[in-house]
Amino acid sequence: MNLKSTTLNITSFFSSKQKFRYYLPQILTALGIIFIFGYFSYNAQVNMDNRGIDFGLRFLGEEASFDIQFSLIEYSGTDSYARAYLVGLLNTILVAVIGIFFATILGVVIGISRLSSNYLISKVAEWYIELFRNIPLLLQLFFWYFAALRALPLPSEAINFFDVAYLSVKGFYIPKFIWTNFSVFFYSIIASIVAIIFVFKYARKQQESTGKQVPKFFISLGILIIVPLLTFLIGGVSLSFEYPVLTQLSKTIFNFMGGVAIIPELMALALALSLYTATFIAECVRAGIMGVTKGQKEAAASIGLTPGQILRLVIMPQALRIIIPPTTNQYLNLTKNSSLAAAIAYPDIVLVFAGTAMMQTGRAIEIVSITMFTYLSLSIVISIFMNWYNKKIAIKEK
Amino acid sequence: MIKSLNFLGTPSRDKLNLFVSIGAFLFVLGIIDVILNSFFEINITSVLPRGLNFFTPLIFSFIGLYYIRIEFSGNRTLDNLNKNINSNWFNATLTLLIIFVLIQNIPPLLNWLFFDADYVGVSKEDCSREGACWVFVNVWLKRLVYGLYPNSEIWRINLSFLMLIALVISGFFVPPKIKKYIIIFLLFVFPFIAINLISGGNFGLVWVETMAWGGLSLTFIISIFALLFCFPIGMFLALGRRSSAPVIRYSSIGFIEFWRGVPLITVLFMASVMMPMFLPDGTYMDKLVRVIIAITLFEAAYMAEVIRGGLQALPKGQYDAGKSLGMGYWRMHLLVILPQALKLVIPGIANTFLALVKDTPLILVVGLLELVGMIDMAKSNPDWLGFATEGYIFAGIVFWIICFNMSRYSQRLERKYKTDR
Repeated sequence: MNLKSTTLNITSFFSSKQKFRYYLPQILTALGIIFIFGYFSYNAQVNMDNRGIDFGLRFLGEEASFDIQFSLIEYSGTDSYARAYLVGLLNTILVAVIGIFFATILGVVIGISRLSSNYLISKVAEWYIELFRNIPLLLQLFFWYFAALRALPLPSEAINFFDVAYLSVKGFYIPKFIWTNFSVFFYSIIASIVAIIFVFKYARKQQESTGKQVPKFFISLGILIIVPLLTFLIGGVSLSFEYPVLTQLSKTIFNFMGGVAIIPELMALALALSLYTATFIAECVRAGIMGVTKGQKEAAASIGLTPGQILRLVIMPQALRIIIPPTTNQYLNLTKNSSLAAAIAYPDIVLVFAGTAMMQTGRAIEIVSITMFTYLSLSIVISIFMNWYNKKIAIKEK
Repeated sequence: MIKSLNFLGTPSRDKLNLFVSIGAFLFVLGIIDVILNSFFEINITSVLPRGLNFFTPLIFSFIGLYYIRIEFSGNRTLDNLNKNINSNWFNATLTLLIIFVLIQNIPPLLNWLFFDADYVGVSKEDCSREGACWVFVNVWLKRLVYGLYPNSEIWRINLSFLMLIALVISGFFVPPKIKKYIIIFLLFVFPFIAINLISGGNFGLVWVETMAWGGLSLTFIISIFALLFCFPIGMFLALGRRSSAPVIRYSSIGFIEFWRGVPLITVLFMASVMMPMFLPDGTYMDKLVRVIIAITLFEAAYMAEVIRGGLQALPKGQYDAGKSLGMGYWRMHLLVILPQALKLVIPGIANTFLALVKDTPLILVVGLLELVGMIDMAKSNPDWLGFATEGYIFAGIVFWIICFNMSRYSQRLERKYKTDR
């Protein structure tokens, strides 16, 4: 198709067969799309007129008047729909971040185990992958939520983790951190991270100019521990814990009060998402490591690098380039799959907004569009970030 | 720890028999200890302090494996064993942990699943034993497979699927000339016969509304129809995305990226609550049809990306060769490009199909109940409360068998159609 040399000449617009072939399908496509959109919006207009609903986003300011079981920000029934949307969005992001975190760790461990020279380990990893990737995520989610977590003991007989955290059918209760002067502590961490970056730069320079290796790992670990510790001693920062306490609510009902409650819905969702996505990430990791040619490893060994150095300095930087693009896809999938939360009543954006809010307002078009648009933006944000990261490591290596 | 216990010296080839027998003895001792502990609750090392006797089997076996670890022993079995599970102390520890965890967990699991389970009965009371209550699945099996489809009409679903299976099997055995017609029949005629048979309403068959469809058969119906339609749509989208015409290219990109950016659940919400608003007033489109359309468009976008990968992987020479033979766009793509591109992406296509099958349970959010949805319904029946685990495990096994075999089949196809370049 040598069509790039089309110089548009209005007079001979449809003169040649080639140009005709070039423009006609495009015009037809454009017309088709315009027709479909026009038809749909005309129908929607008529339908909404008939039912007496108007189109608009003004309802977002109205009082939501429903409660949300779990929220990261202050929320009550008197807040607006917009606030309820925000609560749902934050809950979605929370579960996606938790899921991505655990899925990555588990995926990397399993991917590496899959390549282990130990027969048993690689077989166990293989069967883990085969088992979890071939069962629908929704089913796994239901299993964890309705079967596994429901089998936990009642709060009065909760599983006790050193008297600070309790696991029961009502959820996982962990101590709450109560900070004074938290901002000082926060800035100290940022300061130590900046310092560590400088240490790394200095270490690199030293190595390049003199060949001496600075023990940068221990130095940075030291900075990361000592600087925030100093804020406790001289910065007026203090930390105390609020422990969950078993309280009797009525004659037979016990529950924990205080602390931070991780509700079972969140646990089930995090478990299902990370166990399921880890299988895919493990395959990406395996493909990445296998994609580094054997010669690289042998070359590295022949110049006297230790096995750890070979993995860290030679294999991983090259493998990462293969691993990251498909892993990004898995992160996107995980974020989108977190919408399954609605099926077990975890108050994510789908449940809160496309579920409860839509039932109450009846504004199907606006609400479903906003929800879809939200997910589209989340996907775009993640893929932009991962593309940036991918580009960064790609340039470094070349 | 090892050094102080190492009164025999470093394991070496010279005293091979001695080391191997001591090592094997200690290793087996550790395993027996775990087995006694977990099966008979006998602790042979209970004389030792509590903290220590918990770890004794681990320590015994660890030392055992240490003595066995002799490089180049000359004994092939021993060398293989060392290479595979015992190459260094780290591997040995992991091996032991895995063996012990398996010994402790597999037997109780098998007991619960099979040996202590109840299989036959009619009600909850028949589940008297400790293990799983497969009576639940047994009693509800008809509902799990056929949904709320009337009992007297179930033969229609059976017949459709039997026909499908017969056609597919016959496709493997008949000569290629007839096979072509069977495939065409299977793709373009059979689906409509089947759907007519299942929904009824003519030829003297009772009309069964789609809300009554459900269970595993609905999983298959939705998957098959979505598969059938998403493939050609995905192909067109993939070609559109690589088209040189900007309008077609950008509309394809927009379409693909839109569907790939949103979760299926919102697509289903769109199909169930938003789509009726977009249709002319008074027209009614069945919910199942809307859901199938939504799933089809959703999966078509993924299919398009997979096929595009295959198109991109083809060397440019193939296009040039096609064109130099005087082929037009469609003929070149149908005869030269697509057959090769599709062959390249068989694993990707199979993965998309797998994802589709695994996505079907989601339709329960819009009120259609396939296998998982039916289990959800069955487990909340007041007579059968508390059997969620059995239900989900059953569904898990069914889905696992389907998906695992699909992926194995795709691997076979991949090998079969692999052409060297």
